[in-house]
Amino acid sequence: MTMAPKREAYDVVVIGAGPAGLAAAATSAEAGLSTLLLDENIGPGGQVFRAIASTPVTERAQLGADYWMGADLVQALRASSAEVIQRATVWSLDRNLEIGVSIGSASAFARARRVILATGALERPFPIPGWTLPGVMTAGAAQTMLKSSGLVPDGRTVIAGQGPLLWLLAAQILRLGGRIDHILDTTERGNYFAALPHALAFLTSPYFAKGLSMMREVRAKVQVISGVTELAAAGDGQLASVSYVAGGKRETIPADLLLLHQGVVPNVNLAMAAGVEHRWDELQLCWSPVLDASGTSSVAGIAIAGDGAGIGGATAAVVRGRIAARAAVEALAPAAAAKLAPMATLRTDLAKAERGRAFLDTLFRPAKQFRIPAGDTIVCRCEEVTAKDILDAVAIGATGPNQLKAYRRTGMGPCQGRLCGLTVTELMAQARAKSPQEIGYYRLRAPVKPITLAELAAVPKSEDDVKAVVRG
Amino acid sequence: MFKRSELDKRPQVEIFVDGVAVAARQGDTVSAALLASGRDVRRSTAVSGAPRLPYCMMGVCFDCLVTIDGVGNRQGCLVPVAEGMQIEIQKGKREIGK
Amino acid sequence: MTKRVDAIVVGGGIHGCSTALHLCLAGVKPVLIEKDYAGRHASGVNAGGVRQLARHIPEIPLSIRSMGIWEKITELVDDDCSFESHGQVLVAENEDELASYRARVAELNGLGFTHEELIDAAELRRLVPAVADTCPGGVVSRRDGAANPAQTTTAFRRKAEQLGATVLEGVAATNVRQNGGLWHVDVGTESYAAPVLVNAAGAWAGKIAAALGEPVPVETVAPMLMITSRVPHFIDPVVILRGRKLSFKQFKNGTVLIGGGHLATPYQDRNETVLDWKSLAISARTVFELFPVMRSATIVRAWAGIEAKMKDDLPVFGPSARHKGLYHQFGFSLHGFQLGPGAGAVMAELIVNGGTQTRVSDLGIDRFHPSAL
Repeated sequence: MTMAPKREAYDVVVIGAGPAGLAAAATSAEAGLSTLLLDENIGPGGQVFRAIASTPVTERAQLGADYWMGADLVQALRASSAEVIQRATVWSLDRNLEIGVSIGSASAFARARRVILATGALERPFPIPGWTLPGVMTAGAAQTMLKSSGLVPDGRTVIAGQGPLLWLLAAQILRLGGRIDHILDTTERGNYFAALPHALAFLTSPYFAKGLSMMREVRAKVQVISGVTELAAAGDGQLASVSYVAGGKRETIPADLLLLHQGVVPNVNLAMAAGVEHRWDELQLCWSPVLDASGTSSVAGIAIAGDGAGIGGATAAVVRGRIAARAAVEALAPAAAAKLAPMATLRTDLAKAERGRAFLDTLFRPAKQFRIPAGDTIVCRCEEVTAKDILDAVAIGATGPNQLKAYRRTGMGPCQGRLCGLTVTELMAQARAKSPQEIGYYRLRAPVKPITLAELAAVPKSEDDVKAVVRG
Repeated sequence: MFKRSELDKRPQVEIFVDGVAVAARQGDTVSAALLASGRDVRRSTAVSGAPRLPYCMMGVCFDCLVTIDGVGNRQGCLVPVAEGMQIEIQKGKREIGK
Repeated sequence: MTKRVDAIVVGGGIHGCSTALHLCLAGVKPVLIEKDYAGRHASGVNAGGVRQLARHIPEIPLSIRSMGIWEKITELVDDDCSFESHGQVLVAENEDELASYRARVAELNGLGFTHEELIDAAELRRLVPAVADTCPGGVVSRRDGAANPAQTTTAFRRKAEQLGATVLEGVAATNVRQNGGLWHVDVGTESYAAPVLVNAAGAWAGKIAAALGEPVPVETVAPMLMITSRVPHFIDPVVILRGRKLSFKQFKNGTVLIGGGHLATPYQDRNETVLDWKSLAISARTVFELFPVMRSATIVRAWAGIEAKMKDDLPVFGPSARHKGLYHQFGFSLHGFQLGPGAGAVMAELIVNGGTQTRVSDLGIDRFHPSAL
């Protein structure tokens, strides 16, 4: 079962086989660079093209044309000389471009001359009362099950939140015969006005027509409640009901499944653990890496492509992957770059793919009350730390997420802050009247995914150890 | 909570959940198979013992932690099912050295 | 504008914070200057061992003094610092090691120190049931234990501030100089002046000492630690090894901390360390062999804190050999956390009373007089 990387060193190692990673690895290999693509999932595709090579949902219209675009990327990758390892969890990357990866419960190390991080996005935390109850999941979770296993909701189902993915998921569930009882739309009314200046670009973007027809498709079958300003899940050890406030009126509806979604944010853990500088993005309300036009980060040799570089969507991710790979080729084998699409063409493609993004970012900017919880609402799911716990620690001197660790174990559980980090930063910023940038983020460290002691104990000894034994 | 699409023609795979045989499909992750089984597959947390089910299904939340073939704390949403696989639902802090 | 204060403490680690606190108790109100935040480096991220066990003889009196404070830590800082006293055990992996420990305990007893006690295999097994059965015995220091280092350093900082210390964080002390019988330090756009300057700047202290004409053989190191996810309780005391590097401890919350002094590469100017996983793997192998029960535990995080290590592994502690009013308190060489509370108390005595009952004379900077370098 174990399939360690074939070589100790590669020209380019790409981490993540979503849109950006697939495109980057194929481009790098096409130029003749030794290329390794490491991906944590069972098959290629990342989240957006999840299970593209294995989905049981083979009726193309059900998942939509945008999904099947991923099949071409996979085909291009498979036609290339890139070495691809699935179920490979990269748990360490450092500024020497040394990579620790776990494959089949055994760890190996590989070195790279260039690393392209394509670790994508994750769904923004949605810390409402009761969000840890069994039966509350992310919309992305439901979509993952739908794509990879053809599973659809069949109990009383509520979808709550906002953003393009929410409507896409709803349409897909309905097409596969799944059940949705209510959609609770949390888009802030004011956002529609704020987004107006960006509307023209959006109207001429590919998102517009597709988005509109999908919303129509869903609204024809599901009761949609707009202007939701409060949301809570309740139940005794299991979700039983969802209550919400819309138009100033509180309602409670029985539910077996609540699917939450308020956009996606860059998955920063590996990049931050490698020392890549990030900045707070005031529009997208998340940490984004500081990158140049080719995706090159503050750490020499590490580039970031795809949504991990700042949310841009799948089409933009593909182009960013090609740009980052082309930049690696230009650096390592300039002569081979002539085989690839010119940088100017790629930049034009990117501008086109990013059109309409500002409109979406502004319209679907999540409301404060759904980002910054209060009272007994759990912030850190792993260590079960509440908003009140954090504010109490601030009151007695905790100044930032790292100082908070002197009082609470926030962010110290296995998820390493993925599901609480943004909330903690914004909560502390609000409490201390500082900007999120001033408050900062957790100092992240490897292993970014846990490994067993036995697995670490079994890693190859260093050359010095081996020599010491040989010389005996 | 979830049902399988009629279109799903993938072959069946038999796994065991706390010793009970459960039918999964080839290509399911452990977490998807558990959620599709209709059984009570809630784990309880190591901190307070609160019940949990998978939240993200994409490897980031660690609420799908499960013991697979004797190895604990595995992310069930990232591991594909295999014929005869033994799954244990984790209750509280995971035992080590068993 | 220069602000006149009673004393200036440079460095917001456990030592700087403890000295600031104890100075306040003696009626001296210092300003404490920390370039990052209190406990950012080694003091906040070390293994938290509160250990008299297996110490160098010259620092044992300071360690014993400190232990007395640890046992009443809540009274001092209004915070229990998560201090737990379940003892520390030095495990002998073979008969040769046990023989050397026997000699060591006899030597300590001869000097009048009784905190270390030789134990046989049966007592070792009683204290540490999970240890591999090949280990023939060891040494226990029963009053030892462990605390939460970030919580502790933060508590000392908070209490010092409550008692009247001025704590400046996020800004470095620069341009340290002596002028007109006072020590002057620039802090951003401000200056402070005081008759007393305490150099407790950890990994950055060697530079300050050198700039003031007292160079010492010190290097910057970053010992690595790793921690597991929560597992059921199986061990009370802290376990250490000497032959192979290891320290091992389970917290009340179930997590197990594994350390022992393997080093990361420090990038001091960037406040960054790069971990050496091949060395951490050696620690993992040691635990794998010594505690078979731990093999399937998962490691969730690893890190390293930047600190100063002296050539002779002993701290630099006491008055300057050259300048009146200058005191050094650094170079604790991977074992300074337990000493923090006592060292602050003794330092305050040296500053305020000009002397102390606790024997620290072997730790002075004068041992590195140019002729000894």
